[in-house]
Amino acid sequence: MSKFKFKKSKNTPEVSTASLPDIVFMLLFFFMTVTVMKDDTLKVTNELPNASEIKKLEKKDRIITVYIGKPEERFQAMLGTESKIQIDDKFVSIENFGSVMLEKISEKPKHIRPFVTVSLKVDKTASMGLISDVKEKLRNINVLKINYTTYEGDSFQNLLK
Amino acid sequence: MGRRAGAPEVNAGSMADIAFLLLIFFLVTTTIETDAGLDRMLPPIEPPETDVIIKQKNIFQVSINKNGQLLADEELTDLKDLREKAMAFLDNNGDGSCNYCKGKRNSESSDNPEKAIISLKNDRETKYSTYITVQNELVGAYNDLRNRESMRLYNRKFVELEADYLNPETDSDTKEELKEKVQKIQKLFPQKLSEAETSSSN
Repeated sequence: MSKFKFKKSKNTPEVSTASLPDIVFMLLFFFMTVTVMKDDTLKVTNELPNASEIKKLEKKDRIITVYIGKPEERFQAMLGTESKIQIDDKFVSIENFGSVMLEKISEKPKHIRPFVTVSLKVDKTASMGLISDVKEKLRNINVLKINYTTYEGDSFQNLLK
Repeated sequence: MGRRAGAPEVNAGSMADIAFLLLIFFLVTTTIETDAGLDRMLPPIEPPETDVIIKQKNIFQVSINKNGQLLADEELTDLKDLREKAMAFLDNNGDGSCNYCKGKRNSESSDNPEKAIISLKNDRETKYSTYITVQNELVGAYNDLRNRESMRLYNRKFVELEADYLNPETDSDTKEELKEKVQKIQKLFPQKLSEAETSSSN
């Protein structure tokens, strides 16, 4: 009996896992090349709308990202469900928006300051009121280049619920 | 005998585990960035020094109300027809001074693309997604017309020319050449899209 068992186990071939590291490394390199490090932790919902006539944002060093959307659930008890502005990792009120932006610009090297572009990452469901205020503030501090950052896609999908 | 066998083999069995660990680290800490969108210039806050008188017929007024309905040139318009309407307006060539336009030469509409202005107004309660769709359609109208001219002159789409021009990998010689082309087409249909201040909710 024992002899029989021994024979059986010897006959079942094992699946070779020798190429497993190669496969995993391949995946690893794929992710390393196509992704970038997260620089901000999102505190607002941020599902961008679609647009088709988009231009790529080149020159990352002159971009300041502004997130606008409803606060996430864990902040809603404190901040309510109205759309809020997030810059870096902080919520910024509309009153302070201008000064925070100026501070962000002053962190940039002098020669690129005139070319700063503000990338507005606004949640689909936000209303235009806050965005108009933001645009007004940007005009006040003379930052005129903006980019409504969107996903690439058919813009009519935005209208579907 | 042992010496002849050479160095002992390193056990590579844990290689997969190490690679998985790294993979998971990268999956967690990185994102696939979206770095494209609609470029816009805001109007400067100082009013222009000389008051320019713009004829009413040279302004294409688009208003969006809080329910997402569109009023284009004082007519209720479906979003799907907006691009065509805007193109007809820009391409109208009312005074006949634009020799590349193919418009209807309606005297009630814009004089020429140089003078045509599209003005976009929105309510404070307009949804952002609707606003972006409208913006997209208006930019699309300009792009379609520019593509048409670009195809005629250079046999390439304007959006492709511009993308190549803005691409940092393009070498400087090609860039110079593209710059000229891009600026020429931009001059044929200058993008005059004004974003008026928001009207209050009603």
